Formats: sequence, C-alpha cells, structure tokens
Amino acid sequence: MMLARVATLLEALGARVNGMVVRLGLASRFFWLMLRLSGTSFRRFHLTVREIYFTGVLSLVIIAVSALFVGMVLGLQGYETLVRYGSADAVGTLVALSLTRELGPVVAALLFASRAGSAITAEIGLMKATEQLAAMEMMAVDPIARVAAPRFWGGVISMPLLAALFSAIGIFGGYLIAVELIGVDAGAFWSQMQGAVDLHQDIVNGIIKSVVFGVAVTWIAVFEGYDAVPTAEGVSRATTRTVVTSSLAILALDFVLTAFMFRGS
Amino acid sequence: MMIRKALDLWVGFFVALGAGAILFLALWVASSATLAAADGYEVKANFGNIGGLKVRAPVKSAGVVVGRVADIRFDNESFEAVVTMNVDRRYAFPKDTSAKILTSGLLGEQYIGLAAGGDTVNLKDGDTLKLTQSALVLENLIGQFLYNKAAEGDKK
Repeated sequence: MMLARVATLLEALGARVNGMVVRLGLASRFFWLMLRLSGTSFRRFHLTVREIYFTGVLSLVIIAVSALFVGMVLGLQGYETLVRYGSADAVGTLVALSLTRELGPVVAALLFASRAGSAITAEIGLMKATEQLAAMEMMAVDPIARVAAPRFWGGVISMPLLAALFSAIGIFGGYLIAVELIGVDAGAFWSQMQGAVDLHQDIVNGIIKSVVFGVAVTWIAVFEGYDAVPTAEGVSRATTRTVVTSSLAILALDFVLTAFMFRGS
Repeated sequence: MMIRKALDLWVGFFVALGAGAILFLALWVASSATLAAADGYEVKANFGNIGGLKVRAPVKSAGVVVGRVADIRFDNESFEAVVTMNVDRRYAFPKDTSAKILTSGLLGEQYIGLAAGGDTVNLKDGDTLKLTQSALVLENLIGQFLYNKAAEGDKK
C-alpha cells in the first residue's frame, strides 16, 4: 500500500523530469533549425527591420522612463548612504557601476521579456491557432525561416541597444538627482565616475551580458509561441510561460555571467 | 501595416540612439581608461609598504592627476614593493622628485602624490624615484600611539 503510493509519486516526478528534458531537446533543435534557416532574415532584411521596430522601437518609452526612475532612485539612495561616510562625491561611481554592470542589462532584459517577449509568443501562438503557419507550409514557405528567425534576430539586435540606452539614461537620471537637485559637485561626480568605470571590465562586459540575455529571451519567446497549444487557453499559457521562464533565465544567467566576469577583481 | 519608409526611419533612429548610448558609455563614462594608456613615460619607485594602493590608481601632483599606476610588483631582493607609474608626457618633473602614498579623504582611495624637487635635470623614461614615503598603516599608528602613552605613564 505504502510502497504503491511511493511508486506513483516517483512516477509523477519521473514524468515531469522526462517532459522537461524532452522540451529542452525540442527547444535546442528548434534553436539550431532557426539558426540554419536565418539566411532569409538577412537576405530579406526588411523582415528583420520590421521586428526591430516592434521589439526595439516600441520598447523605447518604457525603457527610457524606467531607466530614468531607476537612475534617480540610485542617486537618492546612494547619496543617503554615502553622505554618512563623507564621500557623497562617489555617488557618480555608484550609479554608473551598478547600472553598467548589473541593472542596465538585467532590468532592461526583464522589461524586454515582459514587453516584447510576451508579444512575440502571443503573435506566433495566434498565428498557429489560426492556422497561418500551416497555410505558409502549404505554400512551401518555411514558417521558421519566415516568422521565427526574423523575430529572433530582431530581438537579439534590439536588446543590447536597449540595455545601453537604459544605462545611459539611468546615469543621466542619477546626475539629475545628485548634481542638479542635491548639489553634489558636477566635476567630482563625473571625474570619480570616469576614474572608476573601466571600458573592458564594465562597459564591454555589460554589453556581452545584454547580448546573452537577448538571445535567451527571444529564443524562449519564439519557441514558446511556436510550441503553443493552438487554442486560446494554450496561447495564454504559453505567454505566461514566456515571461516566467525568461525572467528566471535572465536572473540565473546573470549570476553565472557575473561569477565568470567579475571574479577576483 | 506601416509604410516601409516610416518603419525604416524609426528603426534607423532607434539604432542610432542605441549606438549613441554605447558611445556615450565607452567614451565619456569610461573615458579615463582610454586616456590613461595614451602617451607617457614610466617612472619607478620603491616603497616599504604600499597599503591599499591598486593598479590604475591616480598619480597626482599638487592635486592634479598627472598619471596612473601601471604596475605593482614585489622585489624579492630588497623586500620592497616596486610601483611603476605612467606619467603624462606633458608634465616633466625634476630628478629629485619625491613620491608619497596618500589617501583621499578618510576612507577614500589611495593615490601617489608627487612633490617636485629642485634638480635641474628632469626625470626620463625608466628612472627610479629615490625619495619615497610609504603608506600610513592605521595599525602601526595606533601601536605607536599606545606605546608613547605607555612611555608617558612610566615617567610619572
């Protein structure tokens, strides 16, 4: 009796793990297929340009506004803490380092996942539900080359640009609060920042991070849409999964990347 | 669907903006890294103790940044730290210039302060500064203070 219950529990666990491994395999196969069929997205570049518009340009407002607020909060909080140690001038360093190393890539990617990733999943899922993808296959147009790959590359191109914009606007927000509002000396603010921020260590690593996040988020979004159960409920579930999975992926990848990039410096 | 030209225009605008942000970060926010390695001559100095001095710390004279610390090594012959500084070529210093390790503020970063001497010959690339003063180590200071206090107590 007891043994049978344990067996069913183990069976359920095994089924879940198996299902996850199968999905991971499907996603990887889909990824390679998408890379192999990426030729179309560069030969007919306007397909990709259209996706950059939808994922990048339309995310500009939310990225800019949140970056400004994040930068201003960093300026305020950083000043409050640093002024106790008499080094309020270092607020520029604090704002710039936290934005270029962590907050710029991570927060921009989280916003990107919920703003653009969910839209990609919903769009592809609906195309599948209304049998547009099947219709394309009937016309000998590969939906992975025509629909999935341009969205993937559009996202991968947009993400680092959005992350860089996030960092730049955030630093400006920190400047507004620290220098214009609180009255930290502008020269000290910039020179301390310029003395502490390193081109390779901070800026380039931040850009590498955002590229990795861009690949992860759009891969998850495109795959979830392509793999969605073609019903209204299935699309809604796929959209939720995109946001949850890619947010977790961003945070986990950020830890791994940080551990490799900034170890022992 | 949008007209293709307007779409191209927006995407072009977006990409230009993003590239501008990357340039801003690379050339303005991280500017000192690009300037430091530019043009300069190397000067060495031996210190008994460098405290918390790090590579890329500023080298200042009269409070103005004139260079950066390029390298810090330990000399196993003299048991001293050998600090290599990269000094901007625009600034020339007399041969008997002295170097001190100083701290900006109470808890700030450590830097090297150069005080010009009176020699008529200027420093060249690869020269070694003769007069140096090590970093102040708080523990030693406290130890000395306690020792002096104890000595005072003995006299009474």
